[in-house]
Amino acid sequence: MTKELAQLVAGHPLLAGLPGDAVATVAGCARNMAFSPGALLLAEGDPADTLYLVRRGRVAIEVHSPGRGQIVIETVGPGAVVGWSWLVPPYRWHFDARAIDPVGAIAVDGACLRQKAEADPALGYALMKRVAAILLERLQMTRVRVLDLYGDDGAR
Amino acid sequence: METADARLIDAQGLDAVIAVLGELGYDTRGPVVRDGAVMPGTVTGVVDLPVGYHDEQAPGHYQLEYRGDNTVFAWAVGPGSWKAELFPPTQELWRATRDGGDLTFSEPDADYRPLALIGARPCELAALDVLDRVLRDGGTPDPHYRARRDGAFIVVAECGVPAATCFCTSMGTGPGADVGFDLALTELDDGAGHRFVVRVGSERGAEVLAGVSSLPASPANLEGRRQVLAAAADATTRQLSVDGLGALLARNLDHPRWDEAAQRCLACGNCTLVCPTCFCSDVRDTTTLTGEIRRQRSWASCFDLDHSYLHGGPVRATTSSRYRQWLTHKLSTWWDQFGTSGCVGCGRCIAWCPVGIDLTEEAAAIRSTDGAVRPGAAPGRVSS
Amino acid sequence: MPADQGVAVPTGLRRGKDRGTRALTPVPYRVVSRRRETDDVTTLSLAPVAGVAMAFRPGQFNMLTAFGVGEAAISISSAPSSSGPLEHTVRDVGTVTHSLCAARVGDLVGVRGPFGTDWGLAEVDDQVDTLHTLGGTTHAHLRGDVVVVAGGIGLAPLRGAVYELLARRSHDGGGVVVCVGARDPSQIVFRDDLEEWTRAGAEVSVTVDVSAPGWTGHVGLVTSVLGDAHFDPSRTTALVCGPEIMMRFTARALTDRGMDPGRIRVSLERNMQCGVAWCGHCQLGPFLLCRDGPVLPYAGIVAHLLTEPER
Repeated sequence: MTKELAQLVAGHPLLAGLPGDAVATVAGCARNMAFSPGALLLAEGDPADTLYLVRRGRVAIEVHSPGRGQIVIETVGPGAVVGWSWLVPPYRWHFDARAIDPVGAIAVDGACLRQKAEADPALGYALMKRVAAILLERLQMTRVRVLDLYGDDGAR
Repeated sequence: METADARLIDAQGLDAVIAVLGELGYDTRGPVVRDGAVMPGTVTGVVDLPVGYHDEQAPGHYQLEYRGDNTVFAWAVGPGSWKAELFPPTQELWRATRDGGDLTFSEPDADYRPLALIGARPCELAALDVLDRVLRDGGTPDPHYRARRDGAFIVVAECGVPAATCFCTSMGTGPGADVGFDLALTELDDGAGHRFVVRVGSERGAEVLAGVSSLPASPANLEGRRQVLAAAADATTRQLSVDGLGALLARNLDHPRWDEAAQRCLACGNCTLVCPTCFCSDVRDTTTLTGEIRRQRSWASCFDLDHSYLHGGPVRATTSSRYRQWLTHKLSTWWDQFGTSGCVGCGRCIAWCPVGIDLTEEAAAIRSTDGAVRPGAAPGRVSS
Repeated sequence: MPADQGVAVPTGLRRGKDRGTRALTPVPYRVVSRRRETDDVTTLSLAPVAGVAMAFRPGQFNMLTAFGVGEAAISISSAPSSSGPLEHTVRDVGTVTHSLCAARVGDLVGVRGPFGTDWGLAEVDDQVDTLHTLGGTTHAHLRGDVVVVAGGIGLAPLRGAVYELLARRSHDGGGVVVCVGARDPSQIVFRDDLEEWTRAGAEVSVTVDVSAPGWTGHVGLVTSVLGDAHFDPSRTTALVCGPEIMMRFTARALTDRGMDPGRIRVSLERNMQCGVAWCGHCQLGPFLLCRDGPVLPYAGIVAHLLTEPER
């Protein structure tokens, strides 16, 4: 683990403000990665093993459908977190995540992070609260989108 | 108005007042008996007024009774308020004819023959004051209302015989009148005979009265008037507690009482039609077969489903929400919008509600269970 | 026949005896051009048949008459400073708006207005000046940021405001952030304007709820691009227009970021038939929206009203 990587981890919104030793623990599972536009960060059906902390560029969450090609469900940008399925069994990706722009992301090994969280429940709980907050926001936004707000019935 | 200058006339004197007003060019309108109710109509003399008629009113009940005595104003209010005289149920706003690719507009003139409203009740004066704030004294005056209103000569008939539905004493709008009239009548029918104490409220009122044979009102006459009004106030038993009422309703929008009232409410809109202050209107365009376009305004009711129509459907789809809109507007948000109560205590909405919903009872019920919440309106709370 | 009736006068010259009293008679304007924004949204450019076009402030609305059909409240979508024609952007959602959307160049459309409150752009600058003066800082010319959040056709009443803000702020400083949400890429209105605003220095983000082939932009709720926008919540004014649910979520997202609810302005809509507070249709609690709105601060009662069912 380099000092630079620890700083990058500490600078991501998911971990901002956590104590230094907690950041160091997460950074111990992390590596810095870059993706070219079009490259997959994760693919549907594959084992889910990584939490991506997006630093720059945008990532599309996609699913493919015969005849419709890749359907973009959501796009996220710098500061976002991509990949949750490493958290819970059966640890399998349900969607694709693809770089739209040149993407810089910190890849945190899911199994490593789970192991450290189990070993240090205080750290695990602190991380889970942050993860839950992001998941909740994403869920709420998804619920609103389900309303078809700007459609004929939703436009009021 | 000072009672020191009050005069005394008899029924012939009232006849003369109406005649003088007619000679001055006024369209003399007053209460007449029509279709079993006291309604506004054209009057040319006392003979046209509801002489000998009395009304009996209760929630969902109005009955006119003819006793054949010589009283003229011994009834409370009928279903037709004076609103319709100044703000007719329908009003053409403009019409336009097509002329090639152009349109030529014309608007009906607002030069109306001045009205004399004879026998208006003090609560009706208060209602006109409420309507003034909406249609005349807001940012944009309605020319038709303003012309009719400003030209109107008003003869108030103070109340001696309130109905069981009346609650003007709660609203501060009766049974007597202090301002807002040209002439005020108080009917006396005691051992000394049948006369009217007349008070003058304007210069033109004085001019009209000067053309009529009258006597100075004696101290006994004035005492008679005082007793009539005191008795009327005592007989007004229905009450609406207005203390903090606006805020009470505003904080009880989820009260279970709205749904309970809606269980009975037919959303028929009768209350809004008989209300002397309900002012809502629709604007509709029509095209004649010859291509002439007409825009007409007509009375509307917040109980109509389309009243709150917003691309796709009504905002207030349930009867409960429409009843709540009506009552909270009358007693609460009217203050926010126009700086006054929207209710003057005439009681018409109580009598003319087919199922007898009584707004004083509804408001009292909410006050007695302030803070109750209907099931489903808030988590973890239940109505009490 | 009264003198005021039935006399042919040149179109558009006929006015009431005392100005302001004939508030319900439209002034004829002619459609000088029309632009299809989406499959059901059309922008009409209107010029008065006689005289000069009305003065207005961004955020206000007009009552537009499709002659022989009826009248509807439509936001003014052009900028007051624009030398071009008066523009209204209409979504085809009912009989009147259908007729308006079908209007051809040369057709007459009746116009009454302008009505209601505006976005209060002058006040935006005043507020910031006051804050800076009180703070005793040296940033006298630095304006606060303005965040414009629009959903669907809610961008229409904001379009003029963005042009005004960009024109004023080009030399004053202060950022203009525009976040636009649309159902899908085909429903994005004012595409040319969005590009022009970006060139003029605004931070413009467009997001769609549902993607489509060829769309390379953001996919997600408008609050997601708002979260990535650059502005200082402590000195920002927000102007928000869209469906009520979208405005609620946007206002919450802004207050969560530390904005004062009093500096979040929302544009509310109810049935409007007169525009002059006579007809009673546009009531929302204590407000008559044609008079007290459509633009209101998202503070206190307004925030409450937006969560109260059936108002």
